[in-house]
Amino acid sequence: MNQLGMENKNSDLEIIAFCCQYCAYAAADLAGSMKIQYPPEIKIVRIPCTGKIDELYLLKAFESGADGVMVAGCEEGNCHFLEGNIRAKKKVGYTQGLLSEIGIEKERLEMFNLSASQGKKFAQIANEFTERIKKLGEGVK
Amino acid sequence: MIVAERKTIEEIKQYILPYKNILLTGCGACVTVCFSGGEKEVGILASQLRLLCKKENREINIIEQTVKRQCEKEFTMELENNLKKVDAVICLACGAGSQFIAKYFPTKPVFPGVNTKFLGGTDEPGLWMENCLLCGDCILDKTGGICPIARCSKSLLNGPCGGSQNGKCEIDKDIDCAWQLIYDRMKLLGREQELETIQPIKDWSKSRDGGPRKIVREDLKL
Repeated sequence: MNQLGMENKNSDLEIIAFCCQYCAYAAADLAGSMKIQYPPEIKIVRIPCTGKIDELYLLKAFESGADGVMVAGCEEGNCHFLEGNIRAKKKVGYTQGLLSEIGIEKERLEMFNLSASQGKKFAQIANEFTERIKKLGEGVK
Repeated sequence: MIVAERKTIEEIKQYILPYKNILLTGCGACVTVCFSGGEKEVGILASQLRLLCKKENREINIIEQTVKRQCEKEFTMELENNLKKVDAVICLACGAGSQFIAKYFPTKPVFPGVNTKFLGGTDEPGLWMENCLLCGDCILDKTGGICPIARCSKSLLNGPCGGSQNGKCEIDKDIDCAWQLIYDRMKLLGREQELETIQPIKDWSKSRDGGPRKIVREDLKL
């Protein structure tokens, strides 16, 4: 439990991380193997490619109570399906606009790019994003 | 297809202010293809409205339903059961779809969730262009399959005008001069000489100048 970092969960924040199975999901797994802690607020949803991300998935996450949503995909140019991550970037940008329209801070949604070998970077992104959401406070509950 | 564009959330928000139970309807035809009022867009708008109302501590119940075509009575009537449960309807179908709800459910307030823009096509993913002005008297046979009524900013029948510059329209440098396109196409077809014929003044009574139009086919009537 200690190594999973659960004792550090000092907020009721929920952050959903949609992670591509070819990179970010593997990086999160690697972070675990390397015993690098990342915030327990982060809940990972494995997806086959960030290109599968849909505006509706992202909005539904917020509707279900998520305070922040991150989409983590492969580095640009390295998508397993060639350009899924580029499409995801556009969809994330569009959804940020949908959130702004209804007065929800667009910073609560962000796309990140990393490779499967970057366990440390995944933890760093997770930490920074969680800090950002903590500063923004609770979302729409 | 009919191309539509969703109204702003602010506008839609004003429509629903007096109501608690809303039916959000979509159409499986044109507005699905142009990503403005199909099942997915109904889901996105419903999600946005739920979040908005939650944020403003306002109670709202939204039912989502998308029918195959909202411009046909048999499909519009599929909304009947859900319509009984709500106070008002936001319709993401085109203007015809909204009017069909108003026609068959006269006691239910219906509000348009989209602005119906034009009749056109998908030029490339994410880009829709106007192709037809529904003038009711097609002259595409004379213009190489390119419509000057819809695609020339002045709807000239004997173009181009002096504002045609390097194949672009003076209205906007991103708009192709329809008459340049017509000339190029007619030349490609070896028919450019036909453009020497002066087209007479257009009979606009076949268009909106003749009032709302209708077509009757007695053989199809039940």
